Amino acid sequence: MARYDRAITVFSPDGHLFQVEYALEAVRKGNAAVGVRGTDNVVLGVEKKSTAKLQDSRSVRKIVNLDNHIALACAGLKADARVLINRARVECQSHRLTVEDPCTVEYITRYIAGLQQKYTQSGGVRPFGLSTLIVGFDPYTGSPSLYQTDPSGTFSAWKANATGRNSNSIREFLEKNFKETAGQETVKLAIRALLEVVESGGKNIEVAVMTKEDGLRQLEEAEIDAIVAEIEAEKAAAEAAKKAPPKDT
Amino acid sequence: MKLDTSGLESFPSLILHGNDVAGEISAPPSFDLPNSNDFDGFLKEAIQMVKPAKGTTTLAFIFKEGVMVAADSRASMGGYISSQSVKKIIEINPYMLGTMAGGAADCQFWHRNLGIKCRLHELANKRRISVTGASKLLANILYSYRGMGLSVGTMIAGWDETGPGLYYVDSEGGRLKGTRFSVGSGSPYAYGVLDSGYKYDMSIEEASELARRAIYHATFRDGASGGVASVYYVGPTGWKKLSGDDVGELHYHYNPVTPSTTVEQEMVDAAAA
Repeated sequence: MARYDRAITVFSPDGHLFQVEYALEAVRKGNAAVGVRGTDNVVLGVEKKSTAKLQDSRSVRKIVNLDNHIALACAGLKADARVLINRARVECQSHRLTVEDPCTVEYITRYIAGLQQKYTQSGGVRPFGLSTLIVGFDPYTGSPSLYQTDPSGTFSAWKANATGRNSNSIREFLEKNFKETAGQETVKLAIRALLEVVESGGKNIEVAVMTKEDGLRQLEEAEIDAIVAEIEAEKAAAEAAKKAPPKDT
Repeated sequence: MKLDTSGLESFPSLILHGNDVAGEISAPPSFDLPNSNDFDGFLKEAIQMVKPAKGTTTLAFIFKEGVMVAADSRASMGGYISSQSVKKIIEINPYMLGTMAGGAADCQFWHRNLGIKCRLHELANKRRISVTGASKLLANILYSYRGMGLSVGTMIAGWDETGPGLYYVDSEGGRLKGTRFSVGSGSPYAYGVLDSGYKYDMSIEEASELARRAIYHATFRDGASGGVASVYYVGPTGWKKLSGDDVGELHYHYNPVTPSTTVEQEMVDAAAA
């Protein structure tokens, strides 16, 4: 088995591309990231490791803009992410230049996935070690979308998804609790999902909301704390209701 | 000089792209310029060779119901009329038309190529390309061949989600959005009729009559325009050819011969009176 992971362009006898699978491992070690699509907005949430005291936290933004109407969050190797994000930003502008129209979320996702795939089929390069969550609004239909790509270059659209550390538990939670929401409810759902695996508190999560009118808006720490407090209160109320003796009808 | 020859590629070469994955923008395939002592002179000669073919009249305008496109059908080489039945309105796809002025081969080839690109865009993006986008694609290709001797003066007319669209694109790399255009040696005459008769609120019949008349008048005065005046209409459901009338017949339609008294009869009447 060890012989088949030296060069990326080689299949193993049982049909695996080991480098791609190792890249997925790198993703699994990265920070948790969650995305939830609402009816009028899309929310991205990322786990934030506690920043060192001397570090300027504003320089480590994990949720970035690709264009006015498209944003991206990722899990995995952050240096690879920077390269991919830069290429995607250039492609967004290039599309605007050649067709005089902003690109759709699907287009840029296809481009990023295509780029990730290219690096799985060339000599002397390794795949990008990250999975991305791409959100945005379609400039023609105005509908919100959420897409996910991974190191193998596959992509698909989701109603809600998670990637990175403990993404399986987050996805389970989302599958159990997802319903069509709008506005603040979507934000709450995203934060609730993230809180399943992250210590609660505004310091440890970064949340951003994308709306059609206002584009991407990063939530302030105070706002996040307020929502977390709401969620905790709701949880406590639900617990109390369960513990109370059942009323006779 | 590196040209944008992406228009000539039918399938992207996988082998070619494999080598420059690490680079930011892969260099397109290129070809050498012709070896000649006097490149400027060569260029001028090349342009002169195709110049006579710009003897033509084409026009297009946007009105309330959509876009009206019309053209003549004469090809001339100096004083020799080489054809009276050239199709100067090119069907790029069911909802977009292009007009031909300048080098016939250049226009035909690049319009066909544009049709390919539009279809590929549709397949990749699951939506039709806009007239803006299509004209931009053509303009970018023509710009990259700037100075190489292409002779194309075309109008891209179509209907997309934003409504009717009309762009003028030429081989100098220019691209203009507008509501009324006429291209070719007969265009001054056509403009005269078109501009004086144009109203935005015309019906399809009125607009097609205006277009037909404008082409007729251009063919009447311009020796390099003639043949058949074709009129196409582009609406929300795509383009439709409305008419193709021989301009000779149109002349007598607009200037009917009134049956007048013969000279002998006049003389008899005068004697009587």
